[in-house]
Amino acid sequence: MSNLAVLPIIIPLLSGIILAFFPKKLTLVRSLAKVFITINLLVSGYILFTVYTTGSIILETGAWPAPYGIILVADSLSILLVFTTNIIAAACAFYAPHSLSDKKEQYYFYAFFFFLITGVSGAFLTGDIFNLFVFFEVLLMASYALIVLGGDKVQLRESIKYVLINLFSSILFVTAVAFLYAAVGTVNMAQIALRVQEVDQQGILTTIGILLFFVFATKAALFPLYYWMPSPYVKPNPVISALFGALLTKVGIYSIIRVFSLIFIYKIDLTHEVFIWIAGLSMIFGVIGALSTNNIKLIIAYNIIPAIGFIIMGIGVFNETAVSGSVYYLIHDMIIKAALFLIAGTVAYVAGTSDLRKFSGLIHYYPVLGWLLFVSAFVLAGIPPFSGFIGKLLLLTGALSDDEIAIVIIGLISSLLILYSIMKIFIKGFWGVKDESFEPKSIKGLTGPIAFLVAISVFLGVGAEFIYPSIENISTYLLDPEIYIDSVLKE
Amino acid sequence: METLIIVLAGVLVSAATYLLLSRSVIRVILGTAILSHAAHLLIISMGGLKTGAVPILGKEVSSFTDALPQALILTSIVISFAVTAIMLVLAIRAYQKLGTDNLLKLRGFNDD
Repeated sequence: MSNLAVLPIIIPLLSGIILAFFPKKLTLVRSLAKVFITINLLVSGYILFTVYTTGSIILETGAWPAPYGIILVADSLSILLVFTTNIIAAACAFYAPHSLSDKKEQYYFYAFFFFLITGVSGAFLTGDIFNLFVFFEVLLMASYALIVLGGDKVQLRESIKYVLINLFSSILFVTAVAFLYAAVGTVNMAQIALRVQEVDQQGILTTIGILLFFVFATKAALFPLYYWMPSPYVKPNPVISALFGALLTKVGIYSIIRVFSLIFIYKIDLTHEVFIWIAGLSMIFGVIGALSTNNIKLIIAYNIIPAIGFIIMGIGVFNETAVSGSVYYLIHDMIIKAALFLIAGTVAYVAGTSDLRKFSGLIHYYPVLGWLLFVSAFVLAGIPPFSGFIGKLLLLTGALSDDEIAIVIIGLISSLLILYSIMKIFIKGFWGVKDESFEPKSIKGLTGPIAFLVAISVFLGVGAEFIYPSIENISTYLLDPEIYIDSVLKE
Repeated sequence: METLIIVLAGVLVSAATYLLLSRSVIRVILGTAILSHAAHLLIISMGGLKTGAVPILGKEVSSFTDALPQALILTSIVISFAVTAIMLVLAIRAYQKLGTDNLLKLRGFNDD
C-alpha cells in the first residue's frame, strides 16, 4: 500500500532503461513510450485518488524508520504536481514523434525524456533534502542531454551557459545542505523542521534559509537570477522547450514552497517580505522581456518569469487565500506553459521562422491552431472564467487582505502586459494580410496534444468549483507544518 | 582543525570564483572542479572533525567519525564527476564547431 509512493519514480526509470536498449527501432520505441507514459499517468492518477481519500502516503524506503532512512512523502501537494507532470509528459510524448527528426529520436530522446520525468517526480516526492539534491541532478543531467540533442552551433553555445549555471547552483545547494547539517544534524526535512522550531530559528538558520532560497531561485529563474533562462529554453526542439518551461523551473518553485512553508517559517517578516519584492520585480522584468522581442518562442519563455513571480508572491504573503492561489496558479501555469510552448513551436514550424515580422495571415490556413493560441492567451492572462483568473484572484485577494497594495497593482498591470505580449503573436502572426505564396505544411498530429492541454486548462477554470476545495485543503495543510512533521515522524 | 579547513575551503572558493569569471572555457571548467572540491571539504568539516576511528564496525574503539557526511560526499563526487565530464565534452564539441574557446566570442550564430 505505502509502496504506491515509489511508483511514479520507478515506472519512468524502468521505461527509460528499457527504451535505451533499442534506440534505432523507432516504431517500437514510439509506441512503447506512449504506452509507458499512459500507464504512468493512470498510476499517478490512482495515487492522487488514494491520497485524497485516505490521506498522505509515507514510504520509508528500506523499512528504516523516518529520520534515519530516506522517506518518500506523497502528500496532497506533491502528488498533485506529479499528476500534472504526467499530463504534460503524456502530451509531449504524443507530440514528439511528429515534431522531432528521426535522427534526434534515435539518439535516445525517449530514454532521456523518461529520466527527466523520473527526476521531476522524485524531486516532488522526496522528504529528504540531500535526496532532493540527487533528484535535481537526475533531472538536470537528463536536461543537459536534451538541450544539446542535435548539436547545432546555437545549442552548443546555450548549453554551455545552461550547464554552467546549473552546476554552480548545484554546488551551492550542496554547500547549503552542509551548513544545514552542521546546524541541525539531520537531512530529513521533517526532522529539520522540528529542530528549527525547537531552537526558534536563530540567525544562522535564517542565513541558511536565504542561501537555499538563492539556490532554488536560480533554478526557478526569479529576479535577479533569471538571466540564464530565456535563451537556452528556446533553442532546442519545441517538445524539449515545453518540458523545460513547464517542469524544470516549477521544481525550483516547489522546493521554495516546501522549504518556506515547512522549515523556515519563524522569521516571516524578514524572509517572506523579501519574497514579495522579488515577486514584484520578477513580474516587471519578465513582462519587459516579453514585450521587447519579436521572437515568438522568446515571448513565451520570458512569460515564465512573471508567472514564477505570481507564485512566489503567494508564498510571500503567506495567508490561506494567497497560498491556495499559489498552488492553483502553479498547476495552471505548468499546463498552460507547456501548451503555449507547443503552440509557438508549431507556429514556428509552419511559418519557417520564429520572427513575428516575417509572417502573417496564418489563420486562413490554420484556424484551429489560431483559436487554440487565442484561448491560451486568455487562460494565461487570467480572463474569467479561465484558470489564470481564479489563481490570480486568490493571490490578489490574499495580498489585499494583508495590505500589500503595491504588489496588487504591479500584478494587475503585468497581467495586462502579459495579455498584450501573447495577443501580439495572434494579431501579427494570425491576422493580417493573407500571404498568397505561402505553402501550408501538414500539422497532422501536432494539434491533438495541444488541444488536450488547452482543454485541461479550460477545465481547471470552468470546473473551479470542483477543484477549489482540494486546493484549499492543500493550503491549510501547507500552513500547518505540524501535520507534515507528525505524519512523517509518527509522534 | 575545523578553522583551518574552513579557511582552505574559502581559499578554494575564491580561486574558483576567479576562474569562473575568466574567458577561456577550460579555465571555467577548472573553476567548477575547484568549487566542488571546496564544497566537499566543507561537508566533511561541517560533519565535525573530531578524532575517532574510521567508520568500520569490528574495531574495538569507543567512538567513530560521523559516517553520514562521507556518504553525502561520495554521492556528490560522482555527480560532479559526471557533470564535469559532460562539460568537457561540450567544450570540445563547441571548440570543433564554433572554432573558439573564448566565451566572449561565442556570439553571432543566431539562427533566427
